[in-house]
Amino acid sequence: MVKEIERAGFPIVQMCNLIPVATTVGANKIVPTISIPYPLGDPSTSKDQQWKLRYHRVGVALDALTEDVKEQTVFKVKF
Amino acid sequence: MKKAILYLNQFFGQVGGEDKADFEPEIINGQVGAAMMLNGVLEGAEVTHTIICGDNFMGTYKDEAIRRIMGFLEDKEFDIFLAGPAFQAGRYGVACGEICKAVKEKYNVPVVTSMHVENPGVQMFKKDMYVMIGGNNAGRMRQDMGAMAKLANKLIAGEKTGPADAEGFFPRGKRHQHWREDGKPASERAVEMLLKKLNGEEFQTELPIPKSDRVDIAAPIEDLSKATIAFVTTGGIVPVENPDRIQSASATRWGMYNVDGMGRLEGGVYKTIHAGFDPAAADSDPNVIVPIDALKAYEQEGKIGRAHEYFYSTVGTGTTEAEAARMAKEIVVKLKEGGVDGVIMTST
Repeated sequence: MVKEIERAGFPIVQMCNLIPVATTVGANKIVPTISIPYPLGDPSTSKDQQWKLRYHRVGVALDALTEDVKEQTVFKVKF
Repeated sequence: MKKAILYLNQFFGQVGGEDKADFEPEIINGQVGAAMMLNGVLEGAEVTHTIICGDNFMGTYKDEAIRRIMGFLEDKEFDIFLAGPAFQAGRYGVACGEICKAVKEKYNVPVVTSMHVENPGVQMFKKDMYVMIGGNNAGRMRQDMGAMAKLANKLIAGEKTGPADAEGFFPRGKRHQHWREDGKPASERAVEMLLKKLNGEEFQTELPIPKSDRVDIAAPIEDLSKATIAFVTTGGIVPVENPDRIQSASATRWGMYNVDGMGRLEGGVYKTIHAGFDPAAADSDPNVIVPIDALKAYEQEGKIGRAHEYFYSTVGTGTTEAEAARMAKEIVVKLKEGGVDGVIMTST
């Protein structure tokens, strides 16, 4: 899906946990998430921690959309 | 003694060169040209007939050529059908693939051909038949014909064929259950691979993932503060009643859901229908898969121009690449209509 949307000219970033799958399939911009069932908020942590993590990683994804990368890139996250 | 039939083009069937490329299909009793070589290396089978067709005739009048050749074969008995080798000759390779495919479909006999990796026939037909990995010119005739015969001999004898790299054909994308002679369990093999990896040694995966095509990286967003951003997800987040009846696995449907005026996705209003993981966390807080709350916060702050009023959702588990591509193309139409500038895809 990522490829078809990017083929249509939309800058796109994939947020996912299985980075090797995303790179193999051909996503060009990737931001890691923390798990499969809860990519952006571990329910065993506090609501506040979940929010901080989610807010941070979505922010990284938004910035990634503005990056002029030349090859497949996995963007770094702080928490 | 079993029977084999070989397809050749006008050149290898000794009719002539490019000037004879319009040569109409013929079937000849016995072996002509390269068929003699094949006959010499086949074991347990004889080449009873040679079919010759000009490359241009096959290219221009494909249906007619196949129809006539199928007519030739109607009253013939044969156990295996071979074509080529075609080396890097594009028209010849495609012709070999077309005729092998037609013969296999109609007569259900094994078919074998051979091509160089750059021959367009490889991509077109490697999934449908045994295409041996061949050389790029006729200097490789003896070797390539030998490779075709070697596999053909196994097929004729009813022996099991091994994996693609052991037999020398292009991978067909088929997986087979296979009992190893050494009986070594997967756990030991995996640990051995891991040790090799840790030691920086070469190792061979048992599950190669075929390389797929790459898409050019789209031009980046220049001014995020004026951009409209949309979410697309394969995590199966939908309104609790699942109005589009999106399947929980092997999805063929997708939905678009309006989140205008919402600050976040509330549990109990939205949920996940994805069958590939425990839904508890996402049902309780759907923002962990489609983080509408964070996107809206960035809209408030002015980091982005606008959060698109819809998010788009389907289920990624068991969904074929072809269906995913088709759904994405349909979603693209909506993204364009909505003036979206950039997309975040969240996957589970």
